[in-house]
Amino acid sequence: MSERTMPATAGQLWKGLRLRLSAFALVPAIALLIAIGASTNEAFLLPANWLTILQQSSILALLVLAESLVLISGKFDLSLESTVGLAPMLGGWLVSATAIGGSGLSLNPYLAIVVTLLLGLAVGAFNGLLIVRLKLNAFIVTLSMLILLRGITLGITSGKTLYDLPPEFTYLGSAVWLKVPASIWICALFFGLAWFLMRYHRYGRALYAIGGNAEAARAAGIRVERVSFAVFVVASLLASLAGLLLSGRLGAVTAQQGSNLIFTTFAAAVIGGISLNGGKGSLAGALAGVLLLGIVTNILTLSQIASFWIDATFGAIILIAQIFARLAGGERSQL
Amino acid sequence: MTAPALTATPVSPAPLPSAPVTPAAPIVRGANLSKAFGATPALRDLSVEVRAGEIRALVGRNGAGKSTLVSLLTGMLEPDSGAIQFSGEPAPAPRARELWQSKVACVYQHPKIIPTLSCAENLFLSQTMRTRKLLSWRKMRREARALLERWGLQVDVDTPAGALGVAERQLLEIARAMIQGSRLLILDEPTAKLNAKEIERLFVKMAALRSMGVGILFISHHLDEIFDIADSVTVLRDGRKVLDGLIHGLDRAELIDAMVGPTSTPTLRSTAATTTHTMTTAHMTSARMTTAATSDRSHSAVRLDIRHLSCQGLFEDVSFKVKARECVGLAGLTGSGKEAIGEVLAGLKDFDSGTICLDEVELPGGDVAKHNRAGIGFVPEDRHREGLVLDLSVAENATMTIAGRLGRFGFIHPQTLASVSTRLIDRLGIKISTPDQPVSTLSGGNQQKVVLARALARDPRALVLINPTSGVDVASKAALFASIREVASQGAAVLIISDELEELELCDRVLVIRSHRLTREFLPPFAARDLIAEMEAKMQRGVAA
Repeated sequence: MSERTMPATAGQLWKGLRLRLSAFALVPAIALLIAIGASTNEAFLLPANWLTILQQSSILALLVLAESLVLISGKFDLSLESTVGLAPMLGGWLVSATAIGGSGLSLNPYLAIVVTLLLGLAVGAFNGLLIVRLKLNAFIVTLSMLILLRGITLGITSGKTLYDLPPEFTYLGSAVWLKVPASIWICALFFGLAWFLMRYHRYGRALYAIGGNAEAARAAGIRVERVSFAVFVVASLLASLAGLLLSGRLGAVTAQQGSNLIFTTFAAAVIGGISLNGGKGSLAGALAGVLLLGIVTNILTLSQIASFWIDATFGAIILIAQIFARLAGGERSQL
Repeated sequence: MTAPALTATPVSPAPLPSAPVTPAAPIVRGANLSKAFGATPALRDLSVEVRAGEIRALVGRNGAGKSTLVSLLTGMLEPDSGAIQFSGEPAPAPRARELWQSKVACVYQHPKIIPTLSCAENLFLSQTMRTRKLLSWRKMRREARALLERWGLQVDVDTPAGALGVAERQLLEIARAMIQGSRLLILDEPTAKLNAKEIERLFVKMAALRSMGVGILFISHHLDEIFDIADSVTVLRDGRKVLDGLIHGLDRAELIDAMVGPTSTPTLRSTAATTTHTMTTAHMTSARMTTAATSDRSHSAVRLDIRHLSCQGLFEDVSFKVKARECVGLAGLTGSGKEAIGEVLAGLKDFDSGTICLDEVELPGGDVAKHNRAGIGFVPEDRHREGLVLDLSVAENATMTIAGRLGRFGFIHPQTLASVSTRLIDRLGIKISTPDQPVSTLSGGNQQKVVLARALARDPRALVLINPTSGVDVASKAALFASIREVASQGAAVLIISDELEELELCDRVLVIRSHRLTREFLPPFAARDLIAEMEAKMQRGVAA
């Protein structure tokens, strides 16, 4: 309040600097974790272990990417985790035989992939329609969608798991290109592309502008509704892709696929510096958040701590990260 | 960011094309504009024009149609009838935002910046959105740096715009608005949140723009400012134009008459007692009572006694007393620490050393509830942020500080709420249709009265107000002043922390705080010039563009 009319001071310069540094804020934390991992387990630094970390993180990374785009634009999407389940379930159901819980339609597997992605598109469009056009509350809409889509997933297969999926359908999730799992390549490609667009393309900047102040964005000539709608579509599309990769890796679709993933998604995004208030945060930071959680999981797994403790650890990490951010970063944004 | 988008639109518009043909078409001309919202006419057959190199003040009480006119001139709304021309050419199509932006630039009352983005990005956001090319950060920063330098804005282009002060944010907005190359600039109450020095700096910029041939439509509630900077004035009342002419040769009385209307016999405020036609009989009486009270004030007891009060970085060793029935002004530039004193008195902030005594009882500091119960009423600086919960009703807002008294065990008794709030609403003459009406539906003046009602709900023994009449129309100002004087006349100690001369001139004495310390006391009648000089002494004056 009282400092708001201070002229350009060292304080402001420091604020600006801090904003730019925030993308790298997790680097020391990650370095520390790597040191801890390396000292507690010899296997930790092996390339094979890192490929495991990256592959396990790739699904989460795609979801965090999707959620970050929505969060930066100032909205919310909880339904992503259910799309991770429903999209490949629908695709898998269409190609599978009735004997294993499928539809018996034996759809062409390539077509099934298209259907999987189309479902993501449709879910996103529906979310966008309700939230952007009908101006319903994003939290409630996507929470309802989370429940609804999960319910449909269970309903289609009566809760069974679809396995024996055709190799074409599981290819992207299981293939290895140049000794690195394809899902890592795909994830890196999307993250790199999105990072670039968010930083240098007008649509990326428009997302930041809308999340920062939608009214001002409109005044600057941004088609706020159109862009917000598109963000929901892109996010759900990415979620369906993540679902496809996940079932490809597992070679099956369970009715619970993706369940509870949204919490980790938010955690990684927030730890990575994506603001829940919109308009702030970088995808590089979000990726760092994903890596941090991936490394923590890996260390806990390697040290054979019961996996039941992983959730508690995540919760603690999120809290600690927030407390650190407040102590280091000072006050909340003023507007 | 394309090269042409930036370079083809100079910061300062080039001089007028060729020597002005006489008479040059005005930069903007709105002819016979009418606009109604449902059955309510907002503008009726209004014509207005702004010429190159003219600063035209647009004046009117809240609800007179100023905002509607601005919306029409910026293409945000379409007139029901009438036409708008820019330099003799018809206005762009309603949806062609880009074309509108090249014709008219507007800096709104509420900032239209993106607080999370850097200054550089805010400046060039429209350009970024139009180009198909990728954004060149380096180039954008460079151009932004040059631009800010030309506007005398000493901030780092990478600073998030939300971190800027009000005055800088405004200059950023003006700079951004002018990038589009428009020759008409609309400033909607730009001075409302600025201190005297910042206003002076803004006026220097406005004068510079005027000399470059830009036409400015300037909206303000401050008549002094209008006489200071404007060349001509258009007065609106009830959606009609009631006065249009050059400032030169016009006096304040005429201007106020035009704003307030013919039914009234406004008395210009020449003495401490402000009266206008809108004041109720109660107000009039109180004004008279005040004068009577002045004589025994010298004998009345000290209510508020502040000794050696310090608050790290905000103010140092501040001591003063306010007696019962006394109205003391506290003046200072923004950043002088004057607001902080108010916030400390209200209990919003804790202090480091010194004492605050109210009727010889020491207050703890840093505890709003305790200060409030001890008898301090507080009107905060920003009514939208700290004063009101906009979606709650007038009744709930007015009684918020005394919710505990409205029923037992924390339950609020509806009838008690209704009767208590009605009493407060009547006392302050708040114009509403029902006490259940959300505060957000009220005009600025009436909202501020609700804030005052809230402060008065507990019958405070000391009333502390920060800029109590900022951003409200002249009539509401008068009513608010009268209410404040009435509170004082009933025995309260009143402290008005303000940078508005109109408010300070009403006080029994005015203390000046400069660079965190009290420096001088003024007793009326004092010259406004001296007061401002004291506030600004040793401070750097506004720098020319």
